Amino acid sequence: MPMGDLRDAGGVSTETHTSAAELRAFLHGLPGVDRVGAAERADRLAGRSVKAAAKAEAIDLAISMVDLTTLEGADTAGKVRALCAKAARPDPSDASVPRVAAVCVYPDLAGVAVRALAGTGVAVASVATAFPSGRAPLEARLADTRAAVAAGATEIDMVIDRGAFLAGDYLKVFEDIAAVRDACGPAHLKVILETGELATLDNVRRASWLAMRAGADFIKTSTGKIPVAATLPVTLVMLEAVRDYRAATGRQVGVKPAGGIKTTKDAIRYLVLVNETAGPDWLSPARFRLGASSVLNDLLMQRRKLTTGVYSGPDYFTVD
Amino acid sequence: MVFEYAPAPESASIVDIRPSYGLFVGGEFVDGHGEPFKTVNPADETALAEIARADAADVDRAVRAARTAFEKVWGPMPGAERAKYLYRIARLIQERARELAVLESIDNGKPIRESRDVDVPLVAAHFFYHAGWADKLEHAGFGPDPRPLGVAGQVIPWNFPLLMLAWKIAPALACGNTVVLKPAETTPLTALLFADICRQADLPPGVVNIVTGAGETGRALVEHDGVDKVAFTGSTAVGRGIARSVAGTRKRLTLELGGKAANIVYADAALDQAVEGIVNGIFFNQGHVCCAGSRLLVQEPVAEELVERLKTRMGTLRVGDPLDKNTDIGAINSAAQLARIGELARAGEDEGAERWSPPCELPGRGFWFAPTLFTGVAQSHRIAQEEIFGPVLSVLTFRTPEEAVAKANNTPYGLSAGIWTEKGSQILWTAQRLRAGVVWANTFNKFDPASPFGGYKESGFGREGGRHGLEGYLDA
Repeated sequence: MPMGDLRDAGGVSTETHTSAAELRAFLHGLPGVDRVGAAERADRLAGRSVKAAAKAEAIDLAISMVDLTTLEGADTAGKVRALCAKAARPDPSDASVPRVAAVCVYPDLAGVAVRALAGTGVAVASVATAFPSGRAPLEARLADTRAAVAAGATEIDMVIDRGAFLAGDYLKVFEDIAAVRDACGPAHLKVILETGELATLDNVRRASWLAMRAGADFIKTSTGKIPVAATLPVTLVMLEAVRDYRAATGRQVGVKPAGGIKTTKDAIRYLVLVNETAGPDWLSPARFRLGASSVLNDLLMQRRKLTTGVYSGPDYFTVD
Repeated sequence: MVFEYAPAPESASIVDIRPSYGLFVGGEFVDGHGEPFKTVNPADETALAEIARADAADVDRAVRAARTAFEKVWGPMPGAERAKYLYRIARLIQERARELAVLESIDNGKPIRESRDVDVPLVAAHFFYHAGWADKLEHAGFGPDPRPLGVAGQVIPWNFPLLMLAWKIAPALACGNTVVLKPAETTPLTALLFADICRQADLPPGVVNIVTGAGETGRALVEHDGVDKVAFTGSTAVGRGIARSVAGTRKRLTLELGGKAANIVYADAALDQAVEGIVNGIFFNQGHVCCAGSRLLVQEPVAEELVERLKTRMGTLRVGDPLDKNTDIGAINSAAQLARIGELARAGEDEGAERWSPPCELPGRGFWFAPTLFTGVAQSHRIAQEEIFGPVLSVLTFRTPEEAVAKANNTPYGLSAGIWTEKGSQILWTAQRLRAGVVWANTFNKFDPASPFGGYKESGFGREGGRHGLEGYLDA
């Protein structure tokens, strides 16, 4: 791999000089991913048995990594405020439950979330760049981003131009990300690869590297708006990519699987995947997030089961 | 943040280990007349049970029982009827899968994850597969009416006790033979539980006989005049002795012996998956696998990077209690085997190879060996030539495909090999030139009852599994 140029960049998150030919050669020079082998490995790790004290720790860690998300056309300020209350205090009856990492909303509701979460320590993430398709002029996507940042969002979840990626126009994708990166200012940038549309794990690996080289702070699997969302093999490949990227450049990029994570078991499987692929350095909300909403109540339910020894019904956990 | 998985042990209470076991002859458990011996749990060195030792007279009784069953019941029985018994055995194995898996892990030391997910499901699959053949033998390509051979004397090793039993017994029975099987001295328990399953399945007495004991018992069995067919899986040295003793008799022989498989990684391989395949190739079942990928041949441009990734991956292997569901590497089967692995590893160091193991805490009691990697290995080193049969990987490098093939074939063995490349034509080119019975491409240690398994050269002859495997049990 031609890593020399990356190492020289040392600490600078955005590369300033890159050419279409160099980018293409680099991305196609990455080692391939064998689909069967990756699925087998993910499956093997899913078989890890996490019980008792380890499970209790894992549940709290998972709660603290949740990006509690509402991305509906029907979202209202009231809905967002309710979600924010849940984010800051997931279980009203138990103050020892950690707060979640962030609340993720559309840009026009970012301001509402910022006011509702003031002082709680929960971050506000906003999707931007004409989420979920990204099919808008660059200027519109940048304006979208700036508006979310101006409203107080400290994390921006952008989507890449999958059309350009699949057509092989990597430089366009790169420049888009870099431009959004600039528009983010101090906000953290999560780049959504929409892996369900990338078709192959080779593409997932290339898109991961492309996003990281263009300045992503996080790489994220999915919008949650298409049928195929986060899967374990896809997340495995992305975790390998951030691991290798740190080895090459020293910069640590986070990973966020999103969509389809519904149960505590699912969440713990992701944590095991992180632990044994990228390593324990990624086991913190600063480096790993779970984009989900329904998983939170299942985590709370399992948590109460572990502390009290009995299962409580779903009516004992708030629906927000 | 340290994410420790709490111990998650599979409960041992599902299996009831009796204080002593007899021989299984003619459908009954009977006393042996040799000095009984103990089988030991290799994970903590406690004695599990006292096992009868069959002497020559016991073996003779077992062979006679098998002969009677062959002539009176099993030989004349229509294939479709034999199939019913085999299907019944297969289903009972599935029903009692957890019991078998736990017992296998206790007696052998292999991780429960492997006995539960690999060994026992494959055992059931072998019986199901061969049950299907029992009434279709005339379509197997060995003539219009292939006949069974008679009584098969079978001797199996300790690395996959129940799976090797299935590889031996299922095809023998499907083809209409009866068997006398000797399990390995250190791992007799699942074979004796299998005897119980035979009774549960109402298998006619004498069709399956199990005689326990050490080398002497095995010798008495393979040298017995009443045996028509000898099948052996184990070391090349013992296999040679068996071949000598069988030479000049009417007995048919198949041998599945040692191996020193090359796992060839080309520069364009999918590296992360290759690393997984290498780990699976050598650390599966503590490396107690005759087809283990014990020689890693890496193309030089990626050698450094691959070894780095491999070391990182080896650091995540969990060595310990075989019954813990999170254990990746269990206990070495016996003190003798542990001593042999240690001796060869020392030889590797003495000959100048560089030894590396991840930091790893081994339990205080029992037989354990940390996963070990040797770099800078030359073809002339003992660790590149001799079968270690333990969790020890020798890494060699090559420059051209021709060199890879030359080095891979440069061994007296020829059981298996692996090829890792994203280029299909390179897989075909390499596979055509490898002298190995099984060649895996972009995977390793994959088994299926429909796929024939067996070796070239000193890895033995004859095939087990698939249509080809039937030949060893038919008068073809």
